[in-house]
Amino acid sequence: MAVTITINGQARSVDVDPDTPLLWALRDTLGLTGTKFGCGIAECGACTVLVDGRAERSCMFPVANAEGASVTTIEGLAPKGSLHPVQEAWVTHQVPQCGYCQSGMIMAVAAFLGEHPHPTDEQIDASITNICRCGTFARVRRAIHAVAET
Amino acid sequence: MRKWTRRAFIGTGTLVGGGFVLGVSGLALAPSRHSVVSENGAEKGELTTWITVTPDDVVTVLVPHCEMGQGTQTALAMMAAEEMDADWTLVRVSEAPALDNYATAYMARPMMPPVPAPFVRGVDYGTYRLARWFGFQPTGGSTAVRGTGVYGMSVAGAAAREMLVAAAAARFGVSTAECTATNSRIVHAASGRSASFGELAKAAAKISVPTSPALKNPGSYTIRRTARPRHDIPAKVNGSAIYGIDFSVPGMLYAAVEIAPVYGGKLLSVDAAPAETMPGVKRVVKLDEAVAVVADSYWRARRAVLALKPVFDDAGHGDVSSATIFAAFDKALGAAPEVSGKDARVITCDYRVPFLAHATMEPMACTARVDRDRAEVWAGTQDPLNARSIAARALKMNVENVHFTNLLLGGGFGRRLPFTFDYVDMAVRIAKAMSPTPVKMVWSRENDIQHDYYRPAGMARFAGALDASGTPIAIRSRYAGGGDGESLFMPYAIADKHAEAKDAAHPVRLGAWRSVLNSQHGFFKESFVDELSHAAGKDPFLFRRDLLANEPRFRAVLERVATIAGWGGELPDGEGRGIALTESFGSIVGEVAHVAVSPDGTLRVKHVYAIVDCGDVVNPDSAMAQVEGGIIFGLSAALLGEITIGEGRVLQRNFRDHQMIRLAAAPRITAEFIKTDRRPGGLGEPCVPPIAPAVANAIFAATGVRVRNLPIKNQSLVRNT
Repeated sequence: MAVTITINGQARSVDVDPDTPLLWALRDTLGLTGTKFGCGIAECGACTVLVDGRAERSCMFPVANAEGASVTTIEGLAPKGSLHPVQEAWVTHQVPQCGYCQSGMIMAVAAFLGEHPHPTDEQIDASITNICRCGTFARVRRAIHAVAET
Repeated sequence: MRKWTRRAFIGTGTLVGGGFVLGVSGLALAPSRHSVVSENGAEKGELTTWITVTPDDVVTVLVPHCEMGQGTQTALAMMAAEEMDADWTLVRVSEAPALDNYATAYMARPMMPPVPAPFVRGVDYGTYRLARWFGFQPTGGSTAVRGTGVYGMSVAGAAAREMLVAAAAARFGVSTAECTATNSRIVHAASGRSASFGELAKAAAKISVPTSPALKNPGSYTIRRTARPRHDIPAKVNGSAIYGIDFSVPGMLYAAVEIAPVYGGKLLSVDAAPAETMPGVKRVVKLDEAVAVVADSYWRARRAVLALKPVFDDAGHGDVSSATIFAAFDKALGAAPEVSGKDARVITCDYRVPFLAHATMEPMACTARVDRDRAEVWAGTQDPLNARSIAARALKMNVENVHFTNLLLGGGFGRRLPFTFDYVDMAVRIAKAMSPTPVKMVWSRENDIQHDYYRPAGMARFAGALDASGTPIAIRSRYAGGGDGESLFMPYAIADKHAEAKDAAHPVRLGAWRSVLNSQHGFFKESFVDELSHAAGKDPFLFRRDLLANEPRFRAVLERVATIAGWGGELPDGEGRGIALTESFGSIVGEVAHVAVSPDGTLRVKHVYAIVDCGDVVNPDSAMAQVEGGIIFGLSAALLGEITIGEGRVLQRNFRDHQMIRLAAAPRITAEFIKTDRRPGGLGEPCVPPIAPAVANAIFAATGVRVRNLPIKNQSLVRNT
């Protein structure tokens, strides 16, 4: 079954089984490997993308549910050749270590800052629940506040 | 594949000691390890094995270590560029390929006694030949900077500079002593002439590699000791970084697997029909220890493998559980060690730590193409040459016929070290069954959690004695689950210190987990010392400090961490501070945890303070990231980390029943490095061991509840009344 999804601003027809998680359609069908597989049960957030501006864990989001939606992945967060303010802060504060969780972390933070442009630490704690095994949390927090201040 | 040859060089006035340490024949005529470059090296401006300068002035440093976020590749390039006096903006970093020329065993050097200068070249060449022989190119043991960096990259950089200076001096018709390197140029100050590295590269590459180039005085560093952005970060914020799991090749199929749940178990039978009729499925592949479904997408493969009901045997270990393993530890340890002394007060305690999973964020994945007698393999590993060997052995091929490409690692922590390449071994066997079609095998998180090489569970039984004044006179322990000289070392001046290993074998598959045996023994030792201090009625910081009169490095770390943590300052009811001090991988780390425990026993680690003496710090900001990361990694395990065994198999499956701390539980961290010219120590691991005892000791200070078994989540922290 083919579904039509606007991905990073481009209408794409994706022909996969309808129960296929959006994650695997992005990675294996569309070649957008910036979105990562971590757990497959929406626990870790490595697969976070924006669906109509909302952060969604794409490993449990059936591709059929994205029909007609606008999906943004890490590759399309900023126009080609430029960086989103969150990505810029991630470079400035040298946030990533292994970096594997950071696509999802950045997408979650981008959505979060859209809703809370000047978040408190408590709001950050409650909303940013992605797992980072390298332990970059201190820098994630610092970088979120840095974006909020600009 | 290109043919590589040694450009052998024999210097004057060197030589020496054939075979002395390692029994490598021909060592007496060893070329410099740094001169092992490709056949057409001079044309490409290859100055040493690891350094190439091209006419556009770009210096490329080939680093024989993987990047898993520890910042090693940037740090090693900084060490080379520093000695070259290169312009850092013109330096590029590249990972050395999985070829014999880049085999490295520099990790052995920091562990060796000092090598006399005339022998250095021979020893380095000897370790290199050994590494080639065994096919080693490992990244682990916190050794890249202190091994490859100190003994390899710095020397290679200095050698390259001397070659460029020699080329410039010849061009200018002056002596080398009159020329200096600065910012990627060689300058002859007297005449005002200069030439860029790029202009000189071709001539310099024809010059013999100097054997013992002069290294810079640390006081004159301009690149090292300054925060340099890591080269790997830009690709990690825009989705362009390619990890092992991201690799693809045209025409590739996907494999999902179910593996015998008990380690060592074999596939007895499986009815392939339920999977074979599912859409996209190409084949059900039966392996000795697993069943794989190969399909045209990963999701289809995964769904189909879950439709199978494979029958595995339990390798005779079906009655093994965490309880039986710890019961065997307990039995092996026997009675508490005997300690004695006049009027001695004796304290005895047991400590237990569980198995732990690495749980790298990227599950194991590997892509392979097998075509007749050749294979290509792609994966993220901590040792590409060993991974190549494992693939070759699984395919019964010569290693020369296997081309291995290492990709970025979504976490390592010891999971992807030599001899832990079950995922490479499995992927190439599946690819062989599908030959010549390339196959990408991706493990589910369940595969990954249940088929790790686990941090060993362990148990220790301590006995300590205090004299009448409360001074410790003996600490004796027995332990099961592994230990070594470094992990057992205690810096404290106590007359009778002794630790004895007891064996209690079990079939759980084990491996190295960030900080290795120090992760268990750091907790055991520093918890027990803390218990002794309380038994003596002394402050835990002062008690330790008084035992460090002869260990100034340890003492300085301990005193400084107490200072920055405000040790002794008043805290609200239900809060406490705990201190711990360990040495591992050549670095000393002191940590203080500040915790709050609410009346219902809820623990919050509010702040962690750390002082790190890891010698001279190469890249301060990325070094600090390792301090932060090590603390969080260790804290996550101390609070929540646990793999338990039941009916021979791992009981945890995914991140719901194997929890790790997240941002909300991450404490504030304040850390400093001791400023020193001392050679670098390791840093990827040394900040892990102190955190578990620091937190346990802080809980005791806050509540009077002593944590002797990890993880802490299993114990009520409601205070004793």
